[in-house]
Amino acid sequence: MLDLNIVHFISDLIQFINHVPLPIAGVGGGIEAKESVDLLELVKFAAAFLLGISALFGIGLAFAAKKFAVKEDPRVDQVSDVLAHAHCGACGYPGCRQYAEQVVLNPDVSPNLCTPGGAATAEAVARITGKVMEQLEPKIARVFCQGGCSKSVRRFKYEGVTDCRAAILASGGDKSCIYGCLGYGSCSRACPFGAISMSDDALPVIDRVKCTACGVCAQTCPTKVIEILPMAKEVLVRCHSKDKGPTTKKNCQTGCIACGLCEKVCPYNAAKVENYLSRIDLDKCRVCGLCVRKCPTNAIMDYIPKRPKAVVTDTCIGCHACAKVCPVNAASGELKKMHGIDQDKCIGCGICATKCPVCAITGTFNYSEVLQAYEAKKAAREKAKAEKEAAAST
Amino acid sequence: MDFGKLFELVVASSLINNFVFTMFLGLCIFFGVSKKMETAVGMSITFTMVMVVSAALSWVVYQFIMIPYELTFLKIIIFIGVVAAFVQSADTIMKKVSPTLYYKLGVYLALITTNCIIIAVPLKNAGEHYNFFESMAFALGSGLGFGLALVIMASIREKLEVADVPRPFRGLPISFIIAGLIALAFTGFSGLITL
Repeated sequence: MLDLNIVHFISDLIQFINHVPLPIAGVGGGIEAKESVDLLELVKFAAAFLLGISALFGIGLAFAAKKFAVKEDPRVDQVSDVLAHAHCGACGYPGCRQYAEQVVLNPDVSPNLCTPGGAATAEAVARITGKVMEQLEPKIARVFCQGGCSKSVRRFKYEGVTDCRAAILASGGDKSCIYGCLGYGSCSRACPFGAISMSDDALPVIDRVKCTACGVCAQTCPTKVIEILPMAKEVLVRCHSKDKGPTTKKNCQTGCIACGLCEKVCPYNAAKVENYLSRIDLDKCRVCGLCVRKCPTNAIMDYIPKRPKAVVTDTCIGCHACAKVCPVNAASGELKKMHGIDQDKCIGCGICATKCPVCAITGTFNYSEVLQAYEAKKAAREKAKAEKEAAAST
Repeated sequence: MDFGKLFELVVASSLINNFVFTMFLGLCIFFGVSKKMETAVGMSITFTMVMVVSAALSWVVYQFIMIPYELTFLKIIIFIGVVAAFVQSADTIMKKVSPTLYYKLGVYLALITTNCIIIAVPLKNAGEHYNFFESMAFALGSGLGFGLALVIMASIREKLEVADVPRPFRGLPISFIIAGLIALAFTGFSGLITL
């Protein structure tokens, strides 16, 4: 019964609308031409009409804004202000605004997802949202290929569009090594921060300062030769080739041939050869750079530009720890006497500095970290001692 | 109601008199959002919806207020006001009622307010004395036509990203040339409906 009523109503409505008399001809869509027009009257009327209709719209909009107001957390705006606004998507949300909303409203979203902003942004976001700030490890994009034009072999001559994503469609790219960098610069064009430039040898070079580890290049690269890794891990096997040693050697002068020398020489068992490719376990690696010197094809790269050599200071207690750990036997000396380090032999790996119980070895690249760790340890020890004394006196 | 005429109107406004390719209206949005397929589709959907509703509102205002009071010479200002008020309130209401839809389509709403196709459709409806259903059909066809233009352009421009374009033509210049070529192709529709 009700349905029938509605149908009737709609058909009535349609008929009503259809029977609205429509003006057929005239000036400006429907007004009959007139001999004379009272201009003043017309202007007054039109002005009143415009005022009226705009007031109506204004009231309507104000009503809608009031009635449908969405309560927005003021913190969302604050968070949005401190974000990097690169809209790179590194946080996993489509835009900076969405991340700001999620990080405020959702307790599970971590405050340190904005990699372009770095530690300062993470700290600010954590402060605004009241979340626990986790230390954001600075990361950087690393290119896992050193076989540029001059060092690698090509299967055929590619003359298509100069873009890696197009080149890979031509039976996997023109390089003999299918794991390597194609060198057509898709990553450098994709980088929102202009941190990637192409070298003369057609390999991407990452600018340490400009790179924010947003990961856009890693997503763009069709051979997945770029990885986002912690900045502190500066020794890497820069090769992705899983071909057998002889094949790799044929294709590229600086590929990993899976000889296993790095595995043997590594004092921390970080390097490991699997599937004809050596890979350094970043949790174990202490960036000593020993493997870099041993690698026969220079596939392992040391990103630290210069490694200063270790020097023993006179706080040395002669414990002989440095001589025990030195991989190249540069440290020597008698027990309980000051030790010395042979500057010709020392490779600046910094292992002895980390092992020294009194922090007497300076000059290595990691000295500042070692000193920091030592001071922290010392402070903790003194605090424990003070507490113990306090407990004993009461 | 003559369904044949309505269908003719939809076809005519979407293909033969496509607003983008034969009248060259709405080019700012057309080139602005046709870079990616995803945004092009979102824009098309929002655009068609806004077009139909604003044409309906404008028709009502025109027929029941402006003609009786002989104020038809004010139609451009009034239609702009009607569309702007509708889009603004739709924006506010959508934000409250359906936040997900708002995030999908809300960004396009602000762009639509000042679009020339949105204002051209009510003006044309008024000028051609279309009745309510004809106006709706015309608005729907225009929206579909704009969507079609956007989707065609977006799919071409996505391929264009990797194409080897001469340096002076990269970016917008080549897009304009392509738009011209598509417009040329669209003239082929001109004999589709013969009276």
